[in-house]
Amino acid sequence: MSAPDPDDGQAGTGGGEGGVVRFVLPVLVLAVGVLAWDLTVRINDIPPYVLPSPGTVLRTLVVDWPILWSSLLTTLATTLEGFVAAAVGGIAIALLFSRSKWLEYSLFPYAIMLQVTPVIAIAPLLLIYLPQQTAVVICAWIVAFFPVLANTMQGLKSVDRNLSGLFRLYGASPLQTLRYLKWPSALPHILTGLRIAGGLSLIGAVVAEIAAGAAGAGSGLAYRIAESGYRLNIPRMFAALLLLSLAGVVIYMLLALASYLVLRRWHDSALGKEG
Amino acid sequence: MSRLSASSTDAVPDSDVAIRLRGVVKAYANGVAALGPLDLDLRRGEFVSLLGPSGCGKSTALRIIAGLSEASEGEVRLAGGGTARRRIGFVFQEPTLMPWASVRDNVRLPLTLARIARPTADRQVAAALAGVELSEFADAYPRQLSGGMRMRVSLARALVTDPDVLLMDEPFAALDEITRFKLNNDLLSLWHRLGKTVVFVTHSVFESVFLSQRVVVMTPRPGRVAAEIAIDVPDRGEAFRTSPEYAAYCRRASVALADAGRSDAAL
Repeated sequence: MSAPDPDDGQAGTGGGEGGVVRFVLPVLVLAVGVLAWDLTVRINDIPPYVLPSPGTVLRTLVVDWPILWSSLLTTLATTLEGFVAAAVGGIAIALLFSRSKWLEYSLFPYAIMLQVTPVIAIAPLLLIYLPQQTAVVICAWIVAFFPVLANTMQGLKSVDRNLSGLFRLYGASPLQTLRYLKWPSALPHILTGLRIAGGLSLIGAVVAEIAAGAAGAGSGLAYRIAESGYRLNIPRMFAALLLLSLAGVVIYMLLALASYLVLRRWHDSALGKEG
Repeated sequence: MSRLSASSTDAVPDSDVAIRLRGVVKAYANGVAALGPLDLDLRRGEFVSLLGPSGCGKSTALRIIAGLSEASEGEVRLAGGGTARRRIGFVFQEPTLMPWASVRDNVRLPLTLARIARPTADRQVAAALAGVELSEFADAYPRQLSGGMRMRVSLARALVTDPDVLLMDEPFAALDEITRFKLNNDLLSLWHRLGKTVVFVTHSVFESVFLSQRVVVMTPRPGRVAAEIAIDVPDRGEAFRTSPEYAAYCRRASVALADAGRSDAAL
């Protein structure tokens, strides 16, 4: 870019130092935590069916990899379906609400109701009425769609008043206003909603799988955890849990990266600067 | 109050009028009057400033002319009739740029919305950017530009459709004085070159005197025309800014502004 940007240098060096510290510190905490865990198990001679050592968990992860991997894929597929449904549904409903106040006033309270009802309480009901896979995806959707909806609504309402006037002055059609003004204005909010929704759809999928697992069916990672619990296979529970956490972190990082790539050219959040 | 200006308003022949306001009133929903009744004639190619205290409704008057706001009463006529609204360029107090779009795309916006074909639009955008000396920043994003440069982008966007009328709502109020002086000069040379009708809203006596051919002094809310001062100076270089003539005009405008405030308080 040919434009002068006097802040660039400072922001770059400041971000660099912060970046190293922000990477090293959590790794240090992890190392200390794992060490303490290992020592606790060794010194007290705790049996693996009570608390497995970190080494045992890792060994289980390797030995049980085929079964855990295929379970992980199942859970991720559910998560992805729930996430896509939440993204498309949340954005579409927000767009409809922005076109019609009547629709918003009629339906938004129920969106909130759906959001505040614990999904763990809804899942068993859905599993009665719907095929298992459908029920699980719907659970993921229920948990994940609200932040997309709420953030998109917020974004569509946060359009600059004068820009909006400018569009009216130049006789923009509703579709042009949506495409050139409302959508780009709302995009940072939408991406925030999606970033939250990614983690939530994983939670929704896991909750529904555990509910389904209680009914004695399922193949996802959460089902493996429940099943291993019944069998007192504690190392495998830990291994599956570790995989789930990692999956959640990876999902979050992917969405944060996507958000950065989309906004990096103009939005403050992606510029690493204050203001 | 409007009778004071009667001589200059009624004398303008119809064919010369770019914008005509008759009895324009803006009242809020609770009945409080914000503006008017306002009578005003703007000649084609004229540079007129609306000078008044904050809250007198001068920005409201501008928004009514642009069609961004509806008058509660009265009539606004633009030369060219119904489609004339499209022949208006508007510059807001803030640059009001789309942060997600490059300078080029920001300036192209009015043409995009009017569905002008890309090659034609590109030519007009290039010309508008050259007009405000920002050609080399076409690919930059607004956040990379200084406040003055952003304002020039805003000006280029207003001019890209080659409008007959340019409405400016305290466009330089947020800028530092040195940048403002520079932009004042740039605006004047653009006006000389393009011959647009310009309505410039400001609360700065000095800016209004420096820029315009006619300063319309408004009363406090509800704003009406208190006085009009013709600034009969054809050449407005930097020399004018420091001349005794300029100081005399500024004094006249200041006095008129103070009188407008006093007479209103007496009412």
